[in-house]
Amino acid sequence: MDALSRYEPIIDDFEGFLAACERPLPTTVRVNPLAVTPDRAVEALAAEGVAVDRREWHPGVLEVDTNKPGNTWPYVHGWVHGQEEVSCVPPRVLDPEPGDVVWDACAAPGGKTAQIAAEIDDDGLVVANDDNLGRLSALRGNCDRLGVTSAAVTNTDARRATLDAFPDVAAVDAALVDAPCSCEGTIRKNADALDGAGASASRSLGRLQADILARAVALTRPGGTVVYSTCTFAPEENEAVVDEVLGRTDSRLVEFDVGLASAPGLTEWGDASYDDSLARAQRYYPHHNDTGGFFAAKLEVTA
Amino acid sequence: MTDNDSQTFGRLPATDAERSVAGRPTRAAVVDWWTDRFGVPRTIFESYTLWEKGAGKVWALPFDPGAPVPVEALGLTVLRTRQEHWKPTTIAAQRFGREATRNVLRLDERDQAAAFLAGEEQEIAWDGDWGYVIAAHELTGRLEPIGVGLYTYGTLQSMVPKGRRREF
Repeated sequence: MDALSRYEPIIDDFEGFLAACERPLPTTVRVNPLAVTPDRAVEALAAEGVAVDRREWHPGVLEVDTNKPGNTWPYVHGWVHGQEEVSCVPPRVLDPEPGDVVWDACAAPGGKTAQIAAEIDDDGLVVANDDNLGRLSALRGNCDRLGVTSAAVTNTDARRATLDAFPDVAAVDAALVDAPCSCEGTIRKNADALDGAGASASRSLGRLQADILARAVALTRPGGTVVYSTCTFAPEENEAVVDEVLGRTDSRLVEFDVGLASAPGLTEWGDASYDDSLARAQRYYPHHNDTGGFFAAKLEVTA
Repeated sequence: MTDNDSQTFGRLPATDAERSVAGRPTRAAVVDWWTDRFGVPRTIFESYTLWEKGAGKVWALPFDPGAPVPVEALGLTVLRTRQEHWKPTTIAAQRFGREATRNVLRLDERDQAAAFLAGEEQEIAWDGDWGYVIAAHELTGRLEPIGVGLYTYGTLQSMVPKGRRREF
């Protein structure tokens, strides 16, 4: 947990934060609305003896009292998908409409891709990209299992991605950059999540993340939305990345609230200061909602 | 006529007259197959573009991306053609099979559904057609497709892919 000590100045109730990081995560699933309503999914899980606690902020997010939700009939039918509660946040923030074209820049293993497809009622196109060929099978497998028809899977470096494969698509309506990151916020499920973590590693990742986010802004139409998210606490990978991209592109940060407790994004960190609008980003800490750690920022493309 | 390139997506021709790739199924034939075999509404793929990639694998996408696109996957695989008996995919049975009115084999006993999911073959008395069927069971009061079976000589063979099999 030493790697977390540098965050003491920015996290309220730091003891509570550390204690939450030591606890295992609740097991949660997301109901797949392409297949079933949350009520029926809850009923079917109950029929198999799986007790369910529904989350208020999202009717489709269920805490289940089994660590193997995959061994249930609702899972077999693609009614539910094992997805950490806080990882259901970014597609909610993106909030695309049916018929939209959405770019999912770093899509594998596909839980958020399938959720985006659900947000557009599986009507439109989700370009689900990942640069890691080995992870495409998980991405395709999850979309397939959940009956997603609207996804097109691509395998390119997101920093240099184009829409050339879709000649009729001039720009996307929305984009999600759920960026590769140091994953500090997954410490509750991955005991080695903090190995190698630190400011230096995060600064290095920040360059990659900023290039991907800038690319997403470039591919999105004026008036469109780009959501940037990570599962790390490191400001070098969060506010610093967004701050840089705000300066490099025609975009601005907009406010959002998904109904979970959170802290505003930082405007200062060490010697660095960030645009005041970074306070519109949200930091989700493990002791806030009994989840993993997460960061999300919502950008509007202005030109 | 050109040959099918199994590495790229090619749009299904609307009809036989518009076919330019040898052996490629037409859009009309795919819709006919689903409606004839399973009695689903003719509108089943109305809002989808249909594509072939691989040998006879048909994909459905609820979007028209214009020209054939160089991507890894384009929508959902719904049917395997270019073989004597066309075969629906497991996920197509689940996704589109709820509207089926024919050749749906109900596995009403809980152990029948479990055996099917485990990939087992089972003897079942049923008066439907031989061939590919949609195996289904009731879940929360609704008939829910599990996957595709092959019914012949009083035997139901499970076509659930190995990676999707489960033993409850």
